[in-house]
Amino acid sequence: MNWPFRRERATRLLPQARFAGPMPWVIAIMIALTTIAAAGGLALANLADAARAELSGGITVQIVEADSAERDRQAEIAVSLLSNAGGIEAVRRVPDEELAALVEPWLGEGGAAGEAVPVPALLDVRLAGPVTPQRLDALRAMLGHPAPAARIDAQAGWLAPVFSAIASLQWLALGLVLLLAATSAGAVWLAARSALGTNRETIEVVHLLGGTDQQIARVFQRSIGMDALLGGVAGLALGITAVLLIARRFAALGSGMVAGGGLAWQDWLLIGAIPLAGVLIAMLTARITVLAALRRML
Amino acid sequence: MSGGDGDIVQFDNVGLRYGAGREVLSDVSFTLYPGSFYFLTGASGAGKTSLLRLLYLAQRPSRGAIRMFGTDVITLARRRLPAFRRRIGVVFQDFRLVPHLSAYDNVALPLRVSGMRESELERPVTDMLEWVGLADRADARPATLSGGEQQRVAIARAVIARPDMLVADEPTGNVDPEMALKLLRLFEALNRLGTTVVVATHDVHLLKKVPESLIMRLDKGRLSDPTGALRYPPRRPLARLEESEA
Repeated sequence: MNWPFRRERATRLLPQARFAGPMPWVIAIMIALTTIAAAGGLALANLADAARAELSGGITVQIVEADSAERDRQAEIAVSLLSNAGGIEAVRRVPDEELAALVEPWLGEGGAAGEAVPVPALLDVRLAGPVTPQRLDALRAMLGHPAPAARIDAQAGWLAPVFSAIASLQWLALGLVLLLAATSAGAVWLAARSALGTNRETIEVVHLLGGTDQQIARVFQRSIGMDALLGGVAGLALGITAVLLIARRFAALGSGMVAGGGLAWQDWLLIGAIPLAGVLIAMLTARITVLAALRRML
Repeated sequence: MSGGDGDIVQFDNVGLRYGAGREVLSDVSFTLYPGSFYFLTGASGAGKTSLLRLLYLAQRPSRGAIRMFGTDVITLARRRLPAFRRRIGVVFQDFRLVPHLSAYDNVALPLRVSGMRESELERPVTDMLEWVGLADRADARPATLSGGEQQRVAIARAVIARPDMLVADEPTGNVDPEMALKLLRLFEALNRLGTTVVVATHDVHLLKKVPESLIMRLDKGRLSDPTGALRYPPRRPLARLEESEA
């Protein structure tokens, strides 16, 4: 069947305001905000994944012993035992200078060097495979007698509250995206109803000439779809510009943790699909709104 | 009352009221036959436009029965109405042209609605605009056309799809006598091709121009049909159809 109302001439049945009207601008703002929220959510997800991957096999062994000689002795024993144990990729004793630098903000310069405040010896151990409670128990049993001052912790455990906060931010980003999609649909609904009111005379004439609800709805959905596409492209450009500017600021921080929060090409594809999703939502909303309104006419 | 064979429209005791007001049409009964030409007359407020709205399916009656093209349109599913409306050409009293479309696109609208390809509709639209004397105004928007020109565009739009029935509300009200006669001849030409024509007018001179026409006179919402002629087939139009079929 031939559908001339799908063509450009059918769209002209409604006056086309395009960028002179508010619709493309509203959609542009919505898409820009959605892009920023989605990019933020995706970057947080990447950051959490990168941190988890880095920490998943990591454990820290602390030798909590006030006597420095005994501390060193137990640390050496622990390094030796761990280096020879199976399932362990690397063992590194954190040098005293590095420890001193770590505690310097709290103890002041040279604070870790004296015996007034004994600082535990730290061993950074990397296991082959993830850290499980069973593996931790086995290591504790192995070090318990020869190095009784040893305290073993999974590194991921320290960052559990951080991961939890990141997860909350991800949910927040998802919520924002959904809220913005709903708001966009609401804006389209209002625009479609307004257009229906403005063009009521034209719609009635097309009806009386034998036009079907589907034909009229198609005209509206095409018109609003075109507005959404224009607004979507503008909004995407705006959103991506904002994301790149923010990314540049974070990159300048030089923080190892933030470095894991970049966007992969799949993420950019997803972000690129946001205007298309916007167009689909707009067209679907327009169609449903117009068909519902037309059903009330004879 | 059941629909007779070959009738286009059959009204049976039709009444119409808007909201809780008084009936604007009461007990209206008539039958329109293929190839007939009817004038609908009556004073202002007699119910002519309301009757026409029922004829072009813009309104459902408050009571009574209406059959069109052999189908009860009162109980007809809403989704089936467009197919019936495409068989009816309408000239509205206020033209009702789409304001942001050119004269060409306004005239082409019924053909586009019915699914005709762009390549196929250019010729008939151009011919029709030429016939109503507006070939050189094809790209003009309605706002830039005079009242008479708008009316001619409205008429061209109503007849371009060669409807089975043409309903015209005061179609010659805004044109000069020469153009009025020309438009009437167009209606007659369509009528000769088998289109049933219903023209609402208060111009008594117009009635005399089509001697074979039947007069439907409305008075305060009631159809004056003292002889019952509007309920039985007119002899001449049907005879003419039979001749053409032979």
